[in-house]
Amino acid sequence: MKKLLLAAAMLALTSGAAAAQQTVRMGTEGAYPPYNFINDKGEVDGFERELGDELCRRAELTCQWVTTDWDSIIPNLQSGNYDTIIAGMSITDEREEVIDFTQNYIPPAASAYAALSPDVDVRNGVVAAQVGTIQAGHVAESGATLLEFATPDETVAAVRNGEADAVFADKDYLVPVVEESGGEFSWAGEEVQLGDGVGMGLRESDTELKEKFNAAIQSMKDDGTLNEMIKKWFGPDAAVF
Amino acid sequence: MFASCADPSTLHGPAWLLCYLTTGAHIAFYWSFVTVLVLLVVTAPVALAFGFAGAVAARSPVWPVRILGRGYMAMVRGVPDIVFFLFFVIALDQGIEWLLHQVRCPDWTEPVRNGLEFRVCPAAKVPPGNAAQIWHQLYGFALAVFTFALVFGAFAANVLLGGMQAVPRAQLETAEAYGMTQRQVFRRILVPQMWIYALPGLSNLWLILIKATPLLFLLGVRDIVYWARELGGTKTSAYSFPHPDWRLYYFLALLVFYLCMTRVSEILLGRLTRNLSRGQATAAGEAQRKAAGGAA
Repeated sequence: MKKLLLAAAMLALTSGAAAAQQTVRMGTEGAYPPYNFINDKGEVDGFERELGDELCRRAELTCQWVTTDWDSIIPNLQSGNYDTIIAGMSITDEREEVIDFTQNYIPPAASAYAALSPDVDVRNGVVAAQVGTIQAGHVAESGATLLEFATPDETVAAVRNGEADAVFADKDYLVPVVEESGGEFSWAGEEVQLGDGVGMGLRESDTELKEKFNAAIQSMKDDGTLNEMIKKWFGPDAAVF
Repeated sequence: MFASCADPSTLHGPAWLLCYLTTGAHIAFYWSFVTVLVLLVVTAPVALAFGFAGAVAARSPVWPVRILGRGYMAMVRGVPDIVFFLFFVIALDQGIEWLLHQVRCPDWTEPVRNGLEFRVCPAAKVPPGNAAQIWHQLYGFALAVFTFALVFGAFAANVLLGGMQAVPRAQLETAEAYGMTQRQVFRRILVPQMWIYALPGLSNLWLILIKATPLLFLLGVRDIVYWARELGGTKTSAYSFPHPDWRLYYFLALLVFYLCMTRVSEILLGRLTRNLSRGQATAAGEAQRKAAGGAA
């Protein structure tokens, strides 16, 4: 009964929508500054917000921002709750098996360890990383004990309260954490190059949309606006194209 | 919100705090309390209706109905909530879209299921791809209410079934002796009397429901726990109001909220128990009768 009512309500709600132009829904996490975060106005903000809006403008698409848990970000894309993932997601072979990526919009960048002391043993200690990231995969392989958390913020908090010896994440994410900690955090171990850069994730069947975004990213690479945007959000020392 | 908040970096002390607590994100946080309360107010009666239907079905003399009622209770109570919220909701959502797809796009040739992908024609998307964000949120909310009601309805069904069986047989026999039909006995004697036996179980369910709302975020509805974690987390200078890890304070606020909810519920449920005990063949009802000076 309830199901019927719901279906009827949805029918009423969706009628007449078929002809109108489709909006591209951009899925992001909203918890990974400066890539993407929820700003103090409660809106999605960050490098990827600015980039995504510009890409949509160039590809002449209407875009809408959606936030979701990192854990379920790929399943939600596949079941069609949004059309793209633009959430600092590195291009890796494992992910390529289930979704498609555009060309990268951030070059392969370093991942780094941050800890309360620079001489923490990151090979044998306890290292925190966000669940389902390439960093978590790397820690598991490195021989250290991996401690996984749902959000990036919790990985940093785990080091602060002594649960983990170090946190391993994209260096660009950790830079403000280390610099603004007033000497509490320092870099530990060596930087590691992981993945093939960051790209937008799309459903494998969405080839047309993928080509549109590929073309838009290429045009931003060609006219230099992408490099400027990277420098604006990640600092003058960030890796550019 | 206030004009003085335009440049937060120049503010200090109470002025900073005032501006901080009135940012857009905080307003959204305050609204999420309303979301949670609305969810509770809508879900509780719907779940009770599901439970009532389940309990009636479970004691039906017609065996297919009985199997259905008992099956509903056993299945839903046996499956962990989180599985329900991850699997069932996606299945429900895809089921609705699949039905619409069959109706609206009979000419569509591509497969709906393609490996792990689920792809229906654009006209069958619910809500439609170009709908405003608010429709997506309302849709998620409706799915949440339905799922919560289904899960809690199964538990409520079991409680109500127990309540129905606890009504003294003598009461029903007396009604039958007066010549009432089974239907009349059910409506006039059984249902009014069962509540007092079901109430302790139902009040438990209500308190569990209050605390189950963080499951909402699995459905894309941002509830109070999501916002507390998001706002309380360390904020670097990428934000206008940088601050260290303040999750403790945010979760303390939630603790106060939940304790208040529990206390208010206890008071109201206590009052309800007193009212329902009146004239009942229970220890509480007997005590009330004696206190009122009734004859032994």
